[in-house]
Amino acid sequence: MAEAKLPVIDIREVTKTYRTGTLTVEAVRGVTLSILPGEYVAIMGPSGSGKSTLMHILGCLDPLTSGSYWLAGQDVSRMSDDELADVRNRRIGFVFQQFNLLPSLSAWRNVELPLCYADVRRDERRSRAVDALRRVGLADRIMHRPGELSGGQQQRVAIARALVTDPALLLADEPTGNLDSAATAELLALFDELHRSGRTIVLITHEADIALHADRIVRLRDGRIELDRNHAKALS
Amino acid sequence: MSWLETLRTGLDAVLSHRLRSGLTMLGILIGIAAVILTVGFGEGAQAKVSAEINALGSNLLVVSPGSATASTGIRGGFGSASTLTQADATALASKTVAPDIAAVAPTTQQSQTLTAIGANWTTTVVGTTPDWLPVRARAVTEGRFLTAADENTDAAVTVLGVTTAQELFGSRDPVGQTVTVNGLPLTVVGVLNAVGTSASSATTNLDDQAVVPITTAANRIFGGSSRTSVQSIYLEATSSATLSAAYQEADSELLRLHQVSAADADFTIASQQSLLTTATSVDKTLTELLASIAAISLLVGGIGVMNIMLVSVTERIREIGLRKALGATHRAIRRQFLVEASVLGLAGGVLGAGLGLVGAVVLPHLISNPITISPAATAGAIVVAMGIGIGFGVYPATRAARLAPIDALRSE
Repeated sequence: MAEAKLPVIDIREVTKTYRTGTLTVEAVRGVTLSILPGEYVAIMGPSGSGKSTLMHILGCLDPLTSGSYWLAGQDVSRMSDDELADVRNRRIGFVFQQFNLLPSLSAWRNVELPLCYADVRRDERRSRAVDALRRVGLADRIMHRPGELSGGQQQRVAIARALVTDPALLLADEPTGNLDSAATAELLALFDELHRSGRTIVLITHEADIALHADRIVRLRDGRIELDRNHAKALS
Repeated sequence: MSWLETLRTGLDAVLSHRLRSGLTMLGILIGIAAVILTVGFGEGAQAKVSAEINALGSNLLVVSPGSATASTGIRGGFGSASTLTQADATALASKTVAPDIAAVAPTTQQSQTLTAIGANWTTTVVGTTPDWLPVRARAVTEGRFLTAADENTDAAVTVLGVTTAQELFGSRDPVGQTVTVNGLPLTVVGVLNAVGTSASSATTNLDDQAVVPITTAANRIFGGSSRTSVQSIYLEATSSATLSAAYQEADSELLRLHQVSAADADFTIASQQSLLTTATSVDKTLTELLASIAAISLLVGGIGVMNIMLVSVTERIREIGLRKALGATHRAIRRQFLVEASVLGLAGGVLGAGLGLVGAVVLPHLISNPITISPAATAGAIVVAMGIGIGFGVYPATRAARLAPIDALRSE
């Protein structure tokens, strides 16, 4: 399958410059990175290294200043806001540090949200949301609201929401940042399982032991790639 | 995102902030209730006045002396004398001159003191002809009305209104009794039916008057220089279809008799319609004033919606960011907040209409004025309330839609 070999992410010479008044900040200074389908990549770096900015660029949340970005074979660097909304909806599943669940909605209503914006019919939305919740082990928490769930469970609802559209890329930004160690272990086990089933996962973290779960580590420093190591291969 | 889904989201948002939504709705609610009540009050007053004017008689025309000129002066007769005479009335009664006029009742009136045994009472003495009864749509409940014979013989007879009869004779039967006015003893031959207070001025009590033959009034009671002049001539057209023809006939005949051109007319002919317009114009002005105050309160309510929606946008900036990350377009976000604002407006409108209806039932007991609620105005008010929600929701919704997803997600 030639198409399967097409990179999910292909960015070249990407820069991002912020202007705040007279101050100009170069957050990303020429990053080239290619991620193939099925890869599990951790993007690491200390705070200020530009990893959050890179995550926003990869998530099509922030336009890039220069360079090119192809996501699953589409040039997203020249798209309009509405086209980008569609790409985020269909191609990318987000997992945030803050979970970002809507507190007034039950678990399944939170999970079906991306499908609402994709104009999927209601009964199909429900069955797909329930499927996704079952996959993350929350089949018995469908009607619970976020406030009635533990942090680990809330983050798993968020993962179900990210998976429900069957996206090409799962983009997780410090997903364990607000979890205790037991919930962190459970979550990483879930990521491993998703990786084994063929998901492409990009994990942004500053913790080395979490990054070790990935089979490729990209380390940023001062807006540039300092290290790009395929450690699964190195181990084998 | 479908409209149904957007509506569900809007309702969720409104219901999850009950206190805030309730307070927002309150502004619209009060505005709508005020608009419905003031409009209902105005319509009720107009309905009351027009019912009273219609009770004056059907197909009625009133000829009055004098006319308003273009230079805003009032043209009258010599001195204080009226320019209308009994000869005018006689001419208009002719079937050949005015075939569309069914009845003619010239009237002349003065305030006089009536004396009976043991009582006296000051009231309006009206001199007129037998046609007055059908033209003014009145009836006698006791005895009889004036006849042509009474008129021809200057007969000393009178027909009393119920109030006048009550004041002079108490519970005694007035028919056959004698009252004295200006030294002339009059025999009471009948009593008029009760109709209540006049519409055009609350001080004229149509039940308090003494009707005498016009000849008796001119020759034996009033005297003076006004023996042949009359104060007004009431005309009744043969039907409502011939009302304007009757108007034309009366107008041209009077112009001919008075030998003046239309521009110099020394009389005015008013129809019920024009009386109605004059009588309701004051009510209308008052209603418009009240309604504009109510509209201002509605505007304030709308600004309240905008205020709350702006707070709501600021408070839910992370939610907006999340929705954008999950694939919401500008349009979807704007629509979400517009629907939310219109739900607030619509709910406020429906509740306000409910409050207005309750007020329409309760208030008339307190202020003795009727309130007429029209379904069309109520439905219109609800639509306006929703429109206000949408109108004042546009700015906050557009602000929400314009947020960059990254700025919205980053905010704490």
